Amino acid sequence: MISVNNLVKDFGARRAVDDVSFEVKAGEVLGFLGPNGAGKSTTMRMITGFISPTSGTSVVNGHDVQTEPVEARRNIGYLPENAPAYGDMTVEEFLLFSAKMRGFQGGQAIHKAEAAMAKCVLTEVRCQTIDTLSKGFRQRTCFAQAILHDPPILIMDEPTDGLDPNQKHVVRDMITEMAEKKAIVFSTHVLEEVDAVCNRVIVISGGKIVADSDPQSLRKRSKDYNTVEICLTADRDAARAAFLEIPDAKNVEAEQENAELVRCRIQPKDQQSIAAQVLEVARRREWMVTHVEAHAGRLDDVFRDLTSTEDVGKKEKREE
Amino acid sequence: MGAWDPARTIGKREWNSYFNSPVAYIFIIFFLILMGFFTFAVSRFYESNQAELSRSFFIWHPWLYLVLVPAVGMRLWSEERRSHTIELLLTMPITPTQAILGKFAAAWMFLILALVLTFPVVCTVRYLGQPDLGVAFTGYLGSALLAGSYLSVSMFTSALTKNQVISFIIAVVVGLFLILAGYPPVTDLLSRFLPIWAVDGVAAFSFMSHYETMQRGILDLRDILYFASVIGFMLFGTHVVLQHKAAA
Repeated sequence: MISVNNLVKDFGARRAVDDVSFEVKAGEVLGFLGPNGAGKSTTMRMITGFISPTSGTSVVNGHDVQTEPVEARRNIGYLPENAPAYGDMTVEEFLLFSAKMRGFQGGQAIHKAEAAMAKCVLTEVRCQTIDTLSKGFRQRTCFAQAILHDPPILIMDEPTDGLDPNQKHVVRDMITEMAEKKAIVFSTHVLEEVDAVCNRVIVISGGKIVADSDPQSLRKRSKDYNTVEICLTADRDAARAAFLEIPDAKNVEAEQENAELVRCRIQPKDQQSIAAQVLEVARRREWMVTHVEAHAGRLDDVFRDLTSTEDVGKKEKREE
Repeated sequence: MGAWDPARTIGKREWNSYFNSPVAYIFIIFFLILMGFFTFAVSRFYESNQAELSRSFFIWHPWLYLVLVPAVGMRLWSEERRSHTIELLLTMPITPTQAILGKFAAAWMFLILALVLTFPVVCTVRYLGQPDLGVAFTGYLGSALLAGSYLSVSMFTSALTKNQVISFIIAVVVGLFLILAGYPPVTDLLSRFLPIWAVDGVAAFSFMSHYETMQRGILDLRDILYFASVIGFMLFGTHVVLQHKAAA
């Protein structure tokens, strides 16, 4: 559906996007992660044809964005960053305008606008001008514009930015609902969103792709993955020594939680699962366990690892 | 879907946006007040005792347009840039040409509407004497073309920047050059140290010589061609700027 091949974009001497390639198929929800200024928006703008790449191509549903821009754009629904919309128009007028721009006429255009309003729960503000809308409604109005023509490809630049938790939830639900048949790319720096919505993640840093996998595998890269945290009644030093004897344990931290309890963190070698071995040790020594937990890995750790190894100086805010 | 449909949709949106805000009303009111003031007060229309329009009415148009047309044109693209709606507009399945023509047509129609609303001046002259209505017609035609030319210049400068003030100032300066290049005091000055063909060359760029022939009631294809090529050139320039600087 979307095929991005060796995209490069230079802004003057600065390379904003550096040799980015990926493909997205129908049914995939691709979360595009990266710090501010990493090149997320620039990449998305090249896919939608808003800016031309310095080199490389993007092909959308079989249409090259550079050589067949109009055909390619017909297949795309695009929600730009900060949800721009014509402030002097009412929600209804704006969506009707979008429908006509998409080639729908008369009754069909009205029907499309109505359907989009119903889907994005905008009916109550249909006669309000966009300037007077709250951020959540405004975002949804622009979202409605993007899905109005039921495009096979949906590209969204930070669709939940600045929304309150409830509104975020609504937008996520809408994305999940549409995910089945469409190829969806959305950028975010909210990591919980990736877990909630995506089945694939690309991390971009300094204009380069630094990771491309599903969220589960990405999480496994976390240095805490499978680290076991356990609270038990034991002597601190004895506990540390005992856990260090586990062959797959790499490192053990132990601290006195209170008079009786010791809290241990056992980090495995090569992120193997060692919870069973840890419990076995505790059982043999007849220590009473009050709490045990194996870390599932945290995306924000992985994110920080992946993106802060890059040259931080490159990550200045993207040029306006 | 016809090639003109998106252009018409954009034009309609633009037209409505003038009337959704006070811009349209303020513009029309001031345009008409100033027109009346210059025609009747400054030109001493009644004292001149002549039932004609070119020396009292049309003569002021280039100067009024110089300031008022960039006020209409400055927002055409600057506003889209400032509010980032340009990103929405240019990622719709349309060509930049359709967007440019739609916007230009809407703004030009608006200027023509304001111009048409000066009809009481013609009625007054008609009531007082027997003006040549043919001359009045070519005068209006020339004025409309002049407005279109100024507008195309301001559309071009508007595409250059998201700052409407900068867009306005550049448009006024370029417009001023296009007036003065053919203004007799300037051409006289130039002819003192430039050969006559060079002075004529500079003057040929000016709105004034072409505008004035039309005020005399002469409909010359060359003048129409001149205005059409200024408009065409500036719209083409807008296209080039948008293609290369869409995101800036």
